[in-house]
Amino acid sequence: MQQHEYDVVVVGGGGAGLRAAIAAAQASDGNSRIALLSKVYPMRSHTVAAEGGAAAVTRDDDSLQAHFEDTVAGGDWLAEQGVVDYFVKHAHRELVQMEHWGCPWSRQPNGNVQVRRFGGMKTERTWFAADKTGFHMLHTLYQTALQFDAITRFDEYFVLDIGVAEDGDEREVTGVLALDIKTGALHCIRAGAVIMATGGAGRVFKFNTNGGIVTGDGMAIAYRNGVPLRDMEFVQYHPTGLPGSGILITEASRGEGGVLVNKDGYRYLQDYELGPETPLGKPQNKYMELGPRDKLSQAFWHEQQRGRTGKHGTSDVVYLDLRHLGKAFLEERLPFICELAKAYVNVDPVHEPIPIRPAVHYTMGGILTDAQCETPIQGLFAAGECASVGLHGANRLGSNSLTELLVFGRLAGEQAWQRANARRNTPAKSDDMTAKTQYWQQRISAMQQNPKHAAVSSWPQLKQDLVATMERGCGIYRDEAGLQQSLNDIHELKVAYQRMHVADSSRGYNTDLLQAIELGFSLDVAEATCLAALERRESRGAHQRLETEYQQRNDEQFLKHSLVRWRDEQPATLEWQRVDTTLSAPKVRAYGEQGNAQASTPNRTQGGKV
Amino acid sequence: MTQPRTCYVDISRYDPERGDQYPTMQRVQVPYDDSTSVLDVLQYVKEQVDSSLSYRWSCRMAICGSCGVMVNGIPKLGCKDFVRDYVAHKGVGRDHAANDAPALTIEPLAHFTGERDLVVNMDEFLTHLEAVKPYIIDPASRPNNPSAATHSQTPAQLARYQQFANCINCGLCYAACPQFGLNPEFVGPAAIALAHRYNLDSRDHGKHERMQVLNTHDGVWSCTFVGFCSDVCPKGVDPAAAVNQGKVESAKSMLIQLFKGSSIGDSRS
Ligand SMILES: Cc1cc2nc3c(=O)[nH]c(=O)nc-3n(C[C@H](O)[C@H](O)[C@H](O)COP(=O)(O)OP(=O)(O)OC[C@H]3O[C@@H](n4cnc5c(N)ncnc54)[C@H](O)[C@@H]3O)c2cc1C
Ligand code: SF4
Ligand code: FES
Repeated sequence: MQQHEYDVVVVGGGGAGLRAAIAAAQASDGNSRIALLSKVYPMRSHTVAAEGGAAAVTRDDDSLQAHFEDTVAGGDWLAEQGVVDYFVKHAHRELVQMEHWGCPWSRQPNGNVQVRRFGGMKTERTWFAADKTGFHMLHTLYQTALQFDAITRFDEYFVLDIGVAEDGDEREVTGVLALDIKTGALHCIRAGAVIMATGGAGRVFKFNTNGGIVTGDGMAIAYRNGVPLRDMEFVQYHPTGLPGSGILITEASRGEGGVLVNKDGYRYLQDYELGPETPLGKPQNKYMELGPRDKLSQAFWHEQQRGRTGKHGTSDVVYLDLRHLGKAFLEERLPFICELAKAYVNVDPVHEPIPIRPAVHYTMGGILTDAQCETPIQGLFAAGECASVGLHGANRLGSNSLTELLVFGRLAGEQAWQRANARRNTPAKSDDMTAKTQYWQQRISAMQQNPKHAAVSSWPQLKQDLVATMERGCGIYRDEAGLQQSLNDIHELKVAYQRMHVADSSRGYNTDLLQAIELGFSLDVAEATCLAALERRESRGAHQRLETEYQQRNDEQFLKHSLVRWRDEQPATLEWQRVDTTLSAPKVRAYGEQGNAQASTPNRTQGGKV
Repeated sequence: MTQPRTCYVDISRYDPERGDQYPTMQRVQVPYDDSTSVLDVLQYVKEQVDSSLSYRWSCRMAICGSCGVMVNGIPKLGCKDFVRDYVAHKGVGRDHAANDAPALTIEPLAHFTGERDLVVNMDEFLTHLEAVKPYIIDPASRPNNPSAATHSQTPAQLARYQQFANCINCGLCYAACPQFGLNPEFVGPAAIALAHRYNLDSRDHGKHERMQVLNTHDGVWSCTFVGFCSDVCPKGVDPAAAVNQGKVESAKSMLIQLFKGSSIGDSRS
């Protein structure tokens, strides 16, 4: 087994991981050794797929307070308000930094950066690079990172576990255990600090906008090592995915003026407290199509129940109509959307409305961290979609997360370097790395040696069952019976998983084995999601319950974060954690005309300052 | 429901660990409809037929650049290449399952070293990208200065380089390039396009440094202008145009160097 020593290990080469690695390199003035591990080449990370943009207060008529309020209200008061405050204050400088690093932000005629509208945002504040914002951000970060000699990349290394040293109640991270995909060899990479930046877990659901690699690995690794997963019940459905594949059609299409119609050509959102109807070509922030994602996806569900959706193949769909925007405008602002619609549903948006339906998009919850991105395991940090630093609450606003990667990626990188530096000259503590290595070696050979007969399942089969049960029981609307059923299904799948057979016994590029391991991670994440959804007997943000008594938000009982804890070979457990609402007391969350009426009343509690 | 249509595909298999000396073809019958991509075919084979098939993929929406393969000898992105376009060639309505002539042959990207099945070694390609210093070089830049303003860049200035910034690093152009096939040291189309992207960026001051790489024998001058790279590019980057403009720039900078009397970048000349 190969051993390596670094100061900081970053797990993940997406936006958060790359930003963290650069920040750690800069904070140490180049005097550090930083390892960046990723199971795919960094530019393949799913940040690449983000289309719409990144939010930061930019215009003179905007304010930090307004961005704060939109985010807190958007998250239905379940965001950590101190964290949101830090975020809105640091957002702009991070986007400027990206500009200096060469990000090709779209521009106004005068040469300034252009901002666009986004759902749930009061003012235009979303920076964008055409409709490939994530792609350009990721490549800019990747290319910028090439300049830092302190950063060593381990491309196509698959992280299996972390090492932990225990000293009484204190637990410290000591490094990671990783599998070199090319050779199949295990590597132990020790470090004074580890940053998880492994992205979300959208692939736990059947119909989603995420890439195949988005399987919740980092969440599961932290969780299995005793870090609670927080707010996992909040899973964002994006209202506009392509039927069949789930490929995303960006919210920016609505920001630029696209409208949603049902099979009768009716702009149905006006029936769901998002009206009145705004004139065609005159989108208005927070009204109609620019309401937040959870409300729009829920409206689809109601249309479907009422039989007002159309059909595309076997999928129920509504339609995104962009035709009135015209060819030239679409080609300038939404070229990728035109390309995707043509290739994947054979529709040219210049001439025809695009069939769309909601698809799982974003994991609001994740690895519990404090406001400095550190988990309860000292030296273990988390940033980006895998983390729950507390920014999004019960529903994320579009374009907040790309900025989150930068703001909290940078913070995690700096904090991790400090931790590692402080530990540099302390003697190594004895940890569980050897035991973990043995565990994984046994686990892997067991999967390959499990008897292959009909009664023993394979990962494709188990995966299909998992994503199907999540879709059924843990969808846009949930109830007790459905959730309980899904939870039971997951428990059964976890048992079957232990007996699963992996046919491929080669060492190099064994993607059969890797997908099997990913499925194990996904099963744990799915369990946490279902359990938290079951226990949250209220409706808030992206979590909506069908039972009459749970259809409202219930602050008295549930103005709390859920924390799910993993237990070996036993069902997970749940507890509740206080929410920081010191800056803005909970109010009714309203959009459209109702939201407007509410905005005229003061929104902040006494003494709150942004 | 109508019966799903099926066709045959040949997939190149190679696993040196199992003692394979060279790749062999595996023939599989697969279902397809109008939306089935080549990547969907591979997924079907992996999940239903033979889970040991190895290939790279992630986004399945033509943006991550993982899934480049040769389909019937042409470099393609697996997720943006559709079975419908191949079976159509063979005449609509014919039942391809009836004879088992493959509609598609799927192989690893040409000119790259095969690792296993459809997975090729990408490291050499990335080394070429890195060689051209693909980042803003600005001696005046101060990192992490929160009060710093953005540079001004008009839409026209952005438009000069935007196309070359759209490269997803899929490597299809290298699989198409006969020169890269002969000389793996050639920095190649995508790296030249990337260098050009930064050279044309109004915020950048690093053109001189990059031209030292492009001026060499393994730089722009290796290209014999076949232009196939631009034909296969799935993102409309037009690397051939970048190579061509790079030659003009290179000639200019060589002339300047000549007048200055100093040596040019290529140490071998
Ligand atoms: C289609 C789409 C469009 C979006 N559009 C927007 C938008 O317009 N605006 C916005 O703000 N947000 C958007 N989002 C959300 C946002 O893009 C993501 O939340 C964000 O990019 C996640 O970045 P990340 O760095 O946390 O993770 P990722 O980019 O997913 O990177 C995860 C990294 O972790 C690595 N990794 C994972 N597991 C392992 C392991 N076991 N071992 C080693 N490495 C591992 C992966 O290789 C990868 O490098 C969008 C999301 C999607 C899916
Ligand atoms: S230039 Fe085109 S073909 Fe070449 S790597 Fe880039 S996107 Fe792929
Ligand atoms: S899977 Fe990402 S480009 Fe094809």
